[in-house]
Amino acid sequence: MSQTCLSCLPDRQGRINLESQMSNFKSSLMSRIQELFKKKSSRVLNIYCTAGFPQLNSTIRVMQALQKNGADIIELGIPYSDPLADGPVIQESGAIALHNGMSIKVLFEQLKGMRDLHGDYSAKVTVPVILMGYLNPVLQYGFEKFCSDAAAVGVDGLILPDLPIREFETEYGQTLRKYNLDFIFLVTPETSAERIRKIDSLSTGFIYAVSSSSTTGKDKDFPDVERYLQKLREMELKNPVLVGFGIKDKATFQSACKYADGAIIGSAYIKALKENPEEESTSKKFLEAILK
Amino acid sequence: MINRTIALAKYKGTFEQPDIFGYYGTFGGAYIPEMLHPNVEELKNNYLKIMYEEGFQKAFRDLLKDYVGRPSPLYYAARLSEKHGAKIFLKREDLNHTGAHKINNTIGQILLAQKLGKHRIIAETGAGQHGVATATVCALMNMQCVVYMGEKDIERQAPNVARMKMLGATVIPATSGSKTLKDATNEAIRDWINNPTDTHYIIGSVVGPHPYPDMVARFQSIISEEIRWQLKVHTGSEVPTHLVACVGGGSNAAGTFYHYLEDFTVQLVAVEAAGCGVQSGRSAATTQLGKPGVLHGSKSLVMQTEDGQVVEPHSISAGLDYPGIGPLHAHLFESGRGTFLSATDAEALESAFELTRLEGIIPALESAHALAGLNQLKLTAKDTVVVCLSGRGDKDMSTYMAAMEKT
Ligand SMILES: Cc1ncc(COP(=O)(O)O)c(C=O)c1O
Repeated sequence: MSQTCLSCLPDRQGRINLESQMSNFKSSLMSRIQELFKKKSSRVLNIYCTAGFPQLNSTIRVMQALQKNGADIIELGIPYSDPLADGPVIQESGAIALHNGMSIKVLFEQLKGMRDLHGDYSAKVTVPVILMGYLNPVLQYGFEKFCSDAAAVGVDGLILPDLPIREFETEYGQTLRKYNLDFIFLVTPETSAERIRKIDSLSTGFIYAVSSSSTTGKDKDFPDVERYLQKLREMELKNPVLVGFGIKDKATFQSACKYADGAIIGSAYIKALKENPEEESTSKKFLEAILK
Repeated sequence: MINRTIALAKYKGTFEQPDIFGYYGTFGGAYIPEMLHPNVEELKNNYLKIMYEEGFQKAFRDLLKDYVGRPSPLYYAARLSEKHGAKIFLKREDLNHTGAHKINNTIGQILLAQKLGKHRIIAETGAGQHGVATATVCALMNMQCVVYMGEKDIERQAPNVARMKMLGATVIPATSGSKTLKDATNEAIRDWINNPTDTHYIIGSVVGPHPYPDMVARFQSIISEEIRWQLKVHTGSEVPTHLVACVGGGSNAAGTFYHYLEDFTVQLVAVEAAGCGVQSGRSAATTQLGKPGVLHGSKSLVMQTEDGQVVEPHSISAGLDYPGIGPLHAHLFESGRGTFLSATDAEALESAFELTRLEGIIPALESAHALAGLNQLKLTAKDTVVVCLSGRGDKDMSTYMAAMEKT
């Protein structure tokens, strides 16, 4: 597919994205995330990994291994002392990463050059990269500086689960737009249709459908979730929907993909990395089991 | 005093309740993941309506009177007054059922939870006083009760753990992070995320996402409502020169200050836990060591590293061992409306023994910090001071005994 005029192509609902056509050249180029969903509108696999886990310097190696073995998007978690929305597995990986010395500053240092054409091409990270973190460390770093540095190293989007919609609208959204960062909101089975519409209008990139009201790593009855995903699908949202929380293997991934554009796997991959910290063999085995 | 009134004029009306988004000045709000939105929204849309229904008020007031034993006495502490050279009154929250002010809030919230049709209650606790107060009202109302408590606090507050269990609560140790109140709060929030429909979270202080800080302050405001008329009986005036309270999250202080917040002639004195000393690296004095940040669902002052990681605080008193402070207090601090002091572990211990010997009252370690704050005020014979004695010292006997052995 030609890269030059993607925004002139109708989107999945057959609409032409006039807004991005009218804006300046840079933002008329779709973000890496939007491009991905143009090319691949089903079975998109987003893998979560914690920056600085298992080792401080394994971040890039883990990302490369994920990309090489078939991950479509990498969601990189910024470790935090009080990760409210995370279950025990991701909490523990974050605690280890913090102990290893990970911080936002160190992370940007590590990510610098990941998109660099002059670097080793085989090692270059080309898939979309999303940072997932909590608001407090980002505020301390400086919200604008964070966005600016993230964009500069080639990050495509952010997930900050404790950034409220109202503060996004009044304060932070404009900074994200200034740096062309996608912002991914969460929805849950309890989110009202009206609120889902609102979230869809504010989100860019995709929408993160929490597969049940739960912290990460919880098992849930999948059939329960299907009705909710069906409902989301029927709403014909402007953003693609990825299912997060509770996806751990081929079966759960496939069920998610029946109703959504893809899914996000976090705890299960972290668990595998914990058992075998050798990132290439772990990622190969893990992703093959899901994708083959 | 006049200067204070003039300087604060521009803040008039910003203390008694937050704006509709939950902000006191620049602090507050509801910084919660989407999973908590329905719960918090339900509470936000209903709490004022429910709280001020006639039936609710009657049930709340009746329980406070007949079950908690309110009004709690306002006691003129003659010998303590003599020592400080000012009239000192103790607001005896230690005489409440379960031994602290915490029950004012749990009575209110359990009635609210019933109105919202919830069947299961969760809570976090530090000293165990809030856990006991929650387990108590759950027994009373026949509701399932789960209390999260830091592993370290479970060890140092054993009698309260036993009380909670006897009352039928399940006590779940929080084993992450510093294993204290902050981590217990994280676990309680995670529980709420995982149980979005049947569970009400009874937060134990004026912290958390809007509307919790306002709701808890209103339930605790009974303290200052009583102080006003009781002080009038004692002295002929409703208005003291100083109100003194310890601050962990800030609920007993919010209750003590509440009906005087807009009365700028009254000096509001909040005493934080300095631990081993504010600059020792082992402290919980949030206003001195904290920076604006987001913790447990609201923007406030938070003790944190340069990287924005929340630090592990220290205080001898489990109830003050918290790296944050309610948004109302952050606003009182930032605006200059409140005077923020701190007392070390050693100063608090000394004041606990002093009160015991002068007045025959063994205070909770938390409350002992408020008493220690008196030593830092330049009091004169014209001053009338009300100290909130937020709780009794039974739970702290092992700490007190260890201190006695040392001397
Ligand atoms: C007796 C007593 N006082 C004070 C506190 C501190 O809480 P707050 O600052 O919310 O009043 C506690 C907390 O456990 C307590 O038990």
